[in-house]
Amino acid sequence: MNRLSAENVTLAYDQRVIAEQLSVEIPDNSFTVIVGPNACGKSTLLRALSRMLKPSQGRVLLDGSVIQSMPAKKVARTLGLLPQSSIAPDGITVGDLVGRGRYPHQGLLRQWSTEDERVVRESMESTGVAELAERYVDELSGGQRQRVWIAMALAQQTPLLLLDEPTTYLDIQHQIDVLDLCAELHEEQGRTLVAVLHDLNHAARYATHLIALRGGEVIAEGAPTDIVTAELVEEVFGLRCQVIDDPETGTPLVVPAARKARTRVVAAEAS
Amino acid sequence: MKVMSKTALRKSGVPEPGTHDHAPGTRTVRTPGGLSLRVDVRASTVVVALLLAVLTASVVLIGTGDFPIPAADVLKALVGDGNQGQEFIVNELRLPRVLVGLLVGASLGLGGALFQSISRNPLGSPDVLGLAQGSTAGALVMIVLFSGSAGQVTVGALVGGLATGLAIYLLAWKRGVHGYRLVLVGIGVSAIVTAVNGYLITKADLVDAARAVVWMTGSLNGRDWSQVWPLLWMCVVLVPLVLANARGLRLTEMGDDVSYALGVRVERVRLLLMVAAVLLTAGATAAAGPVGFVALTAPQLARRLTRSPGPNLVASMCMGATLLIAADLASQRAFGADQLPVGVVTGVLGGVYLLWLLVTERRAGRI
Repeated sequence: MNRLSAENVTLAYDQRVIAEQLSVEIPDNSFTVIVGPNACGKSTLLRALSRMLKPSQGRVLLDGSVIQSMPAKKVARTLGLLPQSSIAPDGITVGDLVGRGRYPHQGLLRQWSTEDERVVRESMESTGVAELAERYVDELSGGQRQRVWIAMALAQQTPLLLLDEPTTYLDIQHQIDVLDLCAELHEEQGRTLVAVLHDLNHAARYATHLIALRGGEVIAEGAPTDIVTAELVEEVFGLRCQVIDDPETGTPLVVPAARKARTRVVAAEAS
Repeated sequence: MKVMSKTALRKSGVPEPGTHDHAPGTRTVRTPGGLSLRVDVRASTVVVALLLAVLTASVVLIGTGDFPIPAADVLKALVGDGNQGQEFIVNELRLPRVLVGLLVGASLGLGGALFQSISRNPLGSPDVLGLAQGSTAGALVMIVLFSGSAGQVTVGALVGGLATGLAIYLLAWKRGVHGYRLVLVGIGVSAIVTAVNGYLITKADLVDAARAVVWMTGSLNGRDWSQVWPLLWMCVVLVPLVLANARGLRLTEMGDDVSYALGVRVERVRLLLMVAAVLLTAGATAAAGPVGFVALTAPQLARRLTRSPGPNLVASMCMGATLLIAADLASQRAFGADQLPVGVVTGVLGGVYLLWLLVTERRAGRI
């Protein structure tokens, strides 16, 4: 029995149904990555897993209990989320922002323990933002800011961490930086990570478990080396491609077919 | 991945464990039992300074009037050690008026800080959202349609303010209330209610109209102990309730998703605090009339003094009280006792401030 799973959930915003009867298991101690084309429901699934969205049918289970029925702070001590949109309040420093991740461990009479202080320092060190502690968040670059938000989620000290498109808007170097950090958190600290990623090659390289979604349905799941094939990519993304071995890591590498090759196929099919 | 060495950490000014916090300018008080309280040094200094200022101004204000009383005698009378005449003037006539001013100012400051934090917008204050206009409508209905007593007018204003707050909440609610939608809906409601108020005035006869206009400027004239008690009880109940939820409110400023992920029950905290803010504003307005711009300016001034990102609730409360007492003092000193209602002074000062705010916000590209 895994700690986090969705059982036959129907996910909808008002009347717009995104997914029906969807079931997903997040293997414990995995770095699970959810991939799929735009509007396939991957962020919606992540929102449901992190109780931001209540399923209209079915249930999300965390440690065997329905996640909505659990006390908010208890969930927040088990499961952290790095959402796509977050606002840094005007004039807040990095140290203060990261410190706010300790909220679920605090109370009215226990506002800032030595434990809080230690965890915040460690979170900033492991994300490499300790030297920025006194700086204002609005002065930082996009890559630094994303690290600060990850540090805040780390300070929450949750065994499960969900990340919604953590590499969006970052340049290639910072994308790899953030993914390396995720891999480290997974390997060295033994956390279970679930991330939504756009880049299939990044997903194949970093994930230990891949979930491919299309139209609100799971098309395939498993280790990237087992499931990423040219057929799967065409089925999920509608893109003709070759899948070769990544020369660096040996993981699957998706190379889209050249434009001319693709148009030739379309022309041949048409005739 | 960079992992910083110990020396690099020290050089970069990161505090060593146990010395002080990562948030600059805060100190932590810890007890052996595992309890810990966190204090923002600068914010606390600001609060103490404002309290001293407002208490001094209150004493001067009590001494001001047709029978000027020196500050020393005011203090003597307050502790029951003065002569009989002075004690009557101080404790029966002027103290309740000043207390109403303090409570109204504090309530408006706190209500404004709550609204601005919930809407994440300095313009999202009760003045702009139309709560004051709603209270005015309630009061005008009582004055114009029923020629009601002072007590009935107060109840009317309270009901009008609460109804307007409810209307804004319901109209702005779309999977949660926040940001610009609240401000825009509030401006719309404000425009409608202002039109209703104009209509009510035109229906009034001359005596009622004069009474209505005096009420609408906002004034502390003639306030006595019967206005002090309800306000005081309201603050005694609401202020601790609000402060207990302040930490949750501070997190909601980072967006619903982040605060929800951190275990804040966002919608519950927001609803509770909005109800409290509406009650505080409506209660204050019922007691003193729509005293303009205190709710708008107090939180912003407090924030600039404390330089703290949070909602600055306590500092806003003290600032509101200080502003109101200072404005009342100014109106009495400059134009003679009871000549100029306090609402006129706060209106003029606040209007200038609002213009400045709009210009700087525009320069920052936020509107």
